[in-house]
Amino acid sequence: MHAAGTQTARGRVGTFSAVKEEGFGYKEARHLLLRAGFGGTYEQIHTLARWGPERAVDHLVGYGEIPNETDLGSAFLDDIIRPLSRTERQELTRARQMGDEDTVDRYRKERQKRQRQDRGQMRDIQRAWLTWMVQTARPLEEKMTLFWHGHFATSFRNVEDSWHMYSQNQMLRKNAMGNFGELLLGIVRDPAMLKYLNNNQNRKGSPNENFGRELLELFSLGEGNYGERDIKEAARTLTGYTFRDNDFYFNHNQHDKGNKRVLGAVGNYDGDALVKIILRQEACALFVCLKLYKFFVRDIPMDLSVVDLVTRKVLLQMAMMLRKGGYEIGPVVRKLLMSEHFYDSINMGTKIKSPCELLIGSVRSLGVPVRDIGVVSEAMDLMGQSLFLPPSVKGWDGGRNWINTSTLFVRQNTLIYLLTGALPTRPGFLRDSSYFDPLALVPSLNTPVESDSSDELIVRELMELTLGGGDESMVRSVVDGAVQGGTMRESEAVVRALVLLTSMPEYQLC
Amino acid sequence: MSNHLNPGDMKAYTRRSFLQHSSLFASAALTVPAFLQSSALALPRAMTGLSSIAGVDEDRILVVIQLSGGNDGLNTLVPFGDDGYRRVRSRIALSADEVLKLNRNGGLGLHPSMGGFKGLYDEGMCAIVQGVGYPNPNRSHFASMDIWHTADTNGTGDGWLGKYVDSQCCGYGSGTPGAQTALNQAQNDPPPPPPPPLIAIGKTAPLALHGRTMMPVAIESADMYQWTGDKMGKGMVKAYNRSIEERSEADTASGADDNKSFLVRTAMDAQVSSKKIRNAVNEKSLVQYPNSSLAKQLSMVASMIRAGMPTRVFYVSHGSFDTHANQGGAQGTHARLLKQLSEAVGAFYKDMKAQGNDGRVLSMCFSEFGRRVGQNGSGGTDHGTAAPMFLFGPMVEPGLHARYPSLTSLDNGDLKYTVDFRQVYAEVLDDWLGASSREVLGRGYKHLRVLKR
Repeated sequence: MHAAGTQTARGRVGTFSAVKEEGFGYKEARHLLLRAGFGGTYEQIHTLARWGPERAVDHLVGYGEIPNETDLGSAFLDDIIRPLSRTERQELTRARQMGDEDTVDRYRKERQKRQRQDRGQMRDIQRAWLTWMVQTARPLEEKMTLFWHGHFATSFRNVEDSWHMYSQNQMLRKNAMGNFGELLLGIVRDPAMLKYLNNNQNRKGSPNENFGRELLELFSLGEGNYGERDIKEAARTLTGYTFRDNDFYFNHNQHDKGNKRVLGAVGNYDGDALVKIILRQEACALFVCLKLYKFFVRDIPMDLSVVDLVTRKVLLQMAMMLRKGGYEIGPVVRKLLMSEHFYDSINMGTKIKSPCELLIGSVRSLGVPVRDIGVVSEAMDLMGQSLFLPPSVKGWDGGRNWINTSTLFVRQNTLIYLLTGALPTRPGFLRDSSYFDPLALVPSLNTPVESDSSDELIVRELMELTLGGGDESMVRSVVDGAVQGGTMRESEAVVRALVLLTSMPEYQLC
Repeated sequence: MSNHLNPGDMKAYTRRSFLQHSSLFASAALTVPAFLQSSALALPRAMTGLSSIAGVDEDRILVVIQLSGGNDGLNTLVPFGDDGYRRVRSRIALSADEVLKLNRNGGLGLHPSMGGFKGLYDEGMCAIVQGVGYPNPNRSHFASMDIWHTADTNGTGDGWLGKYVDSQCCGYGSGTPGAQTALNQAQNDPPPPPPPPLIAIGKTAPLALHGRTMMPVAIESADMYQWTGDKMGKGMVKAYNRSIEERSEADTASGADDNKSFLVRTAMDAQVSSKKIRNAVNEKSLVQYPNSSLAKQLSMVASMIRAGMPTRVFYVSHGSFDTHANQGGAQGTHARLLKQLSEAVGAFYKDMKAQGNDGRVLSMCFSEFGRRVGQNGSGGTDHGTAAPMFLFGPMVEPGLHARYPSLTSLDNGDLKYTVDFRQVYAEVLDDWLGASSREVLGRGYKHLRVLKR
């Protein structure tokens, strides 16, 4: 189904070696910003193009150098959901024994109140993250955090503790471009994940294999690189890995202290030791690189044997680099983003944008106002991507899975909302009236009126910004639809042109 | 129509014409985008031997009605003859005089507000499965709902209906895609995007519908299911349609199947189906529906069935049934919810009969859990376990199935389930949808024979 890597007409696909300075212009810089960030304005694209591939990629990957102003979490509470204190527990138990329904009821109401409050906080955190994606000067940091959120998919639905979700997000952000071993270690000790995959019920003598299975299958090795026995034994190493309130807690009494035989090793292992054993497996680096490749380059099957030779070679080189580099992620991503392969025509403008890429990218590249972040996050939900609420532990499948007739309408209509303030659900007079000035988007709009920027030139430039190009017949259609008796110099006309351009199927691609 | 099969005359039947001449919809069976291909139209459907129920139309539809929040099974299918029932529910129990009795001496009756269900029951169109649950019941709404949606007691993985589609490819049975390809080759048309075999009425599609093959379509209202750029003037619509048609024609000519042409096809289908769905929904129903959200959802489903959409599964929901306080007895919150449910389903089957589609439509009603046997201190009930499931349609084996759980042998104050819900899923998959329940659910489950053979 997916466009598996195939040889191009030229008979070869760009290799892993670095793209040449002269092979890096506007198109390539735009591609880099879309994939390693959330797209950019006309000026940003040109600046990166002028810098050349090395400086451009280093600027994005080396985001640690860029000052980071916002502390996402200063406003969030860590104790909305908290365990009952000893006194409270005693009072409740006593009330239950005595049949004191009023007290039991009071506790129930208090719990429900806190759960409501916590759902509200989760919504606030979700919106704060989206807002931060729009504002950050380090787009790749958020992009990578999003990648890991999809990789170590955890959902608030089952975790039911917004602070745990938030803490996990911070852990992922901190290690986003760091070391995969650290991330894996972070995740086996992460309260949200331990709750999500029922590891708090994984006890000596009565193991729950949920976490053990996903750890091997989805987080590190991939199907086919372990046996059922490994899962059972991995689950034993993870017994007693749980949390107390907001912190990881290793429950010695629940930990199985016997010998385990897992992935060819034998010993009295715990979860931390299991992580080290996993990292020794050759399959691990390749699996992580496949996921990175799918995220940044192209949707390919997870089965290497059906991937074209050049892509396979790139993947093997990435995996080798990751392993030899002690699982440091940054150098691999840097090399990938700088590679000839990354800028091959089969990899440019061919990937279906995630809802997040679509919306955040539109705001960042067109400068449209966010208007109502609640509407934006609800729209993302309708498109199938709610942050902190992935559909399952497998994360978001992406690719063509994002698209059907109903999600396509939501995608187009949300762009219309951002551009015009009109919501399909609200009558016209209730439209959001935040000001959007599209008259500085492209150079031809920036010139004095008496200059001879034709309507076609303006649309052509808008088309390059939004779609990366297009043919003359599209230019004509857009001019016809947008001008409506005036000229392309009027902001209404530019907005109409943008509505048409962002409604084009190509706008869903990056 | 014969020239449609002549590859040399391609222009005659590209999709372009459909946006310009919508009156062609009715006649041009072969060229209507796959989304709209009606069962009645010309597509050969290799479904022979798919199901085991003789004499039933192969274009079968399943409507899932989800009761969100945990419906109180004990006050829905009421064991009024059991002293234990009234003893622990002094404030909310229903008496023998109130309930709609189902059997002469069994002591079971439906809640008094469920006349609609009782009517279907008396007509032999209602099967009730008693005591449905699963091992180690989870009392969290989300966790238990996920378990029902995934048919997995960990509640992880894909949705069971999504997996059904994955197992079938496009929801038509494994024989069809080949037939479609052959047809498309004859037309020299690229393969159409798979039609949505699953539609949820609502903002988003529930987990149950999520699979690997495609994302389920969710339609909240026909008004939302359209490109809003068309409100910005005729010129905009023209420009938009023209751009898409041009690309569609180019793709048709080149036979491309990359992401771009996939998006173009979807955009094309969206434009055409939006109109079709709005027309279908604006059509006056054959029967009067009551005024409730569920009734509106079911009437939307009914109009889509009537319009001949090839969708195999529709998903609607009703609630919230989370009656922790002041649940009421013969009157009150719970009574109102059940009345809305029962009236909506009653009207839906009247409509199906009027359409002549009743034999094609099986409905299944479930909730994530039942509620505790005893009432709580607030005149309500807390989260419990087993509860009845309802199935509707002339294909069901009418009456009561399985055993009512004991009211005395409890598990911490909760009913012990007598039927695993996956037994019901398995039968629906095998005998109604023509799938392999073993493939979809990962193992076999014993059928209860709630469907006629």
